[in-house]
Amino acid sequence: MIEKILVLEVVLPLLAAPVCVLVRHPRFCRLFSLGVVAACFAIAVALLVEVRGGGVISYQLGGWPPPLGIEYRISTVNAYLLALVTAMALVIFSFDSRGGPPRVPEQRRHLYYAVFLLCISGLLGITITGDAFNIFVFLEISSLSSYILVSLGGHRRAVMSAFYYLVMGTIGGVFFMLGVGLLYQETGTLNLRDIAARLEPSLHDRGTVLALALLVVGISIKLAVFPLHHWLPNAYSFAPPKVSAFLAATATKVSFYLLAMILFTIFGAPFVFEELRLQAVLLPLSLLAMFLASGAAIFQTDLRRLLAYSSVAQIGYMTLGLSTANATGLAGGLVHLFNHAVMKGGLFLVVACLLYRVGSVHLDALAGIGRRMPLTSAALVIGGLSLIGVPGTVGFVSKWYLVSGVLERGWTAAAVLILLSSLLALVYVGKVVEVVYFRKPAETQPIDHVREAPLGMLAPAWVLAAAAVFFGLTTNWTYGVAREAAELLLAGGI
Amino acid sequence: MKAPSRVREMPILRVVARALVPVILLFGLYVQFHGDFGPGGGFQAGVIFAAGLIIFALVFGAEALRQVVPVVLTERLMAAGVLLYGAVGVLAMLLGGEFLNYSALDPLTTGHYGQHLGIIVIELGVGIAVAATIMRVYYAFVGRRPGEAQTGADPALDTGAGGEAS
Repeated sequence: MIEKILVLEVVLPLLAAPVCVLVRHPRFCRLFSLGVVAACFAIAVALLVEVRGGGVISYQLGGWPPPLGIEYRISTVNAYLLALVTAMALVIFSFDSRGGPPRVPEQRRHLYYAVFLLCISGLLGITITGDAFNIFVFLEISSLSSYILVSLGGHRRAVMSAFYYLVMGTIGGVFFMLGVGLLYQETGTLNLRDIAARLEPSLHDRGTVLALALLVVGISIKLAVFPLHHWLPNAYSFAPPKVSAFLAATATKVSFYLLAMILFTIFGAPFVFEELRLQAVLLPLSLLAMFLASGAAIFQTDLRRLLAYSSVAQIGYMTLGLSTANATGLAGGLVHLFNHAVMKGGLFLVVACLLYRVGSVHLDALAGIGRRMPLTSAALVIGGLSLIGVPGTVGFVSKWYLVSGVLERGWTAAAVLILLSSLLALVYVGKVVEVVYFRKPAETQPIDHVREAPLGMLAPAWVLAAAAVFFGLTTNWTYGVAREAAELLLAGGI
Repeated sequence: MKAPSRVREMPILRVVARALVPVILLFGLYVQFHGDFGPGGGFQAGVIFAAGLIIFALVFGAEALRQVVPVVLTERLMAAGVLLYGAVGVLAMLLGGEFLNYSALDPLTTGHYGQHLGIIVIELGVGIAVAATIMRVYYAFVGRRPGEAQTGADPALDTGAGGEAS
């Protein structure tokens, strides 16, 4: 049954968007999009259950068999990502932001939901499809809609940072497109598995290596790998808070999947990591991201910018897992996708709660807020502990497997550096906790009127905070699936 | 603001536009529905159709075009075009095929014309969506006044005959 309707994973949000535009009723659109996202989540979970243990489902769009037709191909790797994206989307959509983003008047709000649904549809499409050009199309759908979403933030600079994001994202998209074009020239096909099969004889051609370079750089821009991360802090800190939570929890994760899929499935681990030695670039960049971005986070005075820089650092952990190219390290990177989505999504939802009640998330404005909003602040602390990697939270699970993977490769220095970088996280999280709980509110900014956030906001934030603890104690589902996905990737097959 | 009004008063321009616009619209429809036998298709047809209407607006004023095609209608048509396309795909699924497998539409027609029917309808969806989008872009441009600050509200919606009311 599920293999007959799996295309609905992408089609449902894609068609729900125009339905929202036609109906134009904000309340309807909100509930309708929530229902659609819930249906997508159900399909994703059913797919994951179906393909666990090495199963593969192939779907031929329009009845045209691959390699000519577009093929949707589900294995544990992308089923895991589908479940991750839809789960995060479901929690974040259930967050009641009390009237949507500030720059969108009531009579235009249906368009906001339509764009949000398109963004989800694009992200799910990238993940589900097995066709290189189809990936590009969905990449553009998700990117264009996320530029719009970022530009809806309340601050004037939201438009500017969305434009910067647009320029960077378009450059990334063009690089990706050129890479796909070169691969098409080398192999004459666009089906990913077909490319992988036909690339073998021309693997050492200059065109193939150039394609690899273009694809890696293009996706690295979208993923915000360290020196290409400049769009991210502004985009995350000026976007509407719900959008920041959504993008932080899903968009970079899908880009990571894309990078891993291209490296392992198309080019193959032996070529990328043994002949070209990509880890010689990726490992130093990951370590730099962990240290410089965490260092930058320490000096931020705005909670959202602090979290955004921390995201860049966390992406460093993911690419570090990628560069180990062994099952433990890669599984650590993959499990960190989920773990980081849970904690950073939760933290950005906490930011949304604080913004709603306090009106600002500048650290000065948050002084002593722990007494006025105890539940929100507690969720903030749980998320923060998870960022540090305290045992009992998801952050610990990721770091454990990352360090194990790095040690398996014999990179002792890198393992030490991972642990040292956790100290930087301790500093910036500690700084926030100190302000929230121990500092007296400034005379100029009385907080006596501030009350606890409403339940519709608090509940989703706490779902993610609770998940950060739950999956920190039970790793069967997350690490089990990630390990299986990592072994599948290393074996070169999706 | 003097120059555009002079252009609109030019009799040659008005007469030629009046004669050409219907032909352009007809040609758009030809490209749309002949697209499965010759060069053409929904995208090109949508662009030609919208271009014909925009020429009308350039000569007779955007106000005149708004009375024919209100801004809200373009928004609805954009969505309706996409939905028409998607609906064909979903219908194919309901009839037992894959998404967008037009051969599954065969029971609706006589013989093996499912592919033909499918491509005609989805191209119609593309044509509607493209024409509406291009007109909406045009409205967005002409709806802005010089020096106007960027606001969340869309000026194209606040002005003209066919605003929110329709």
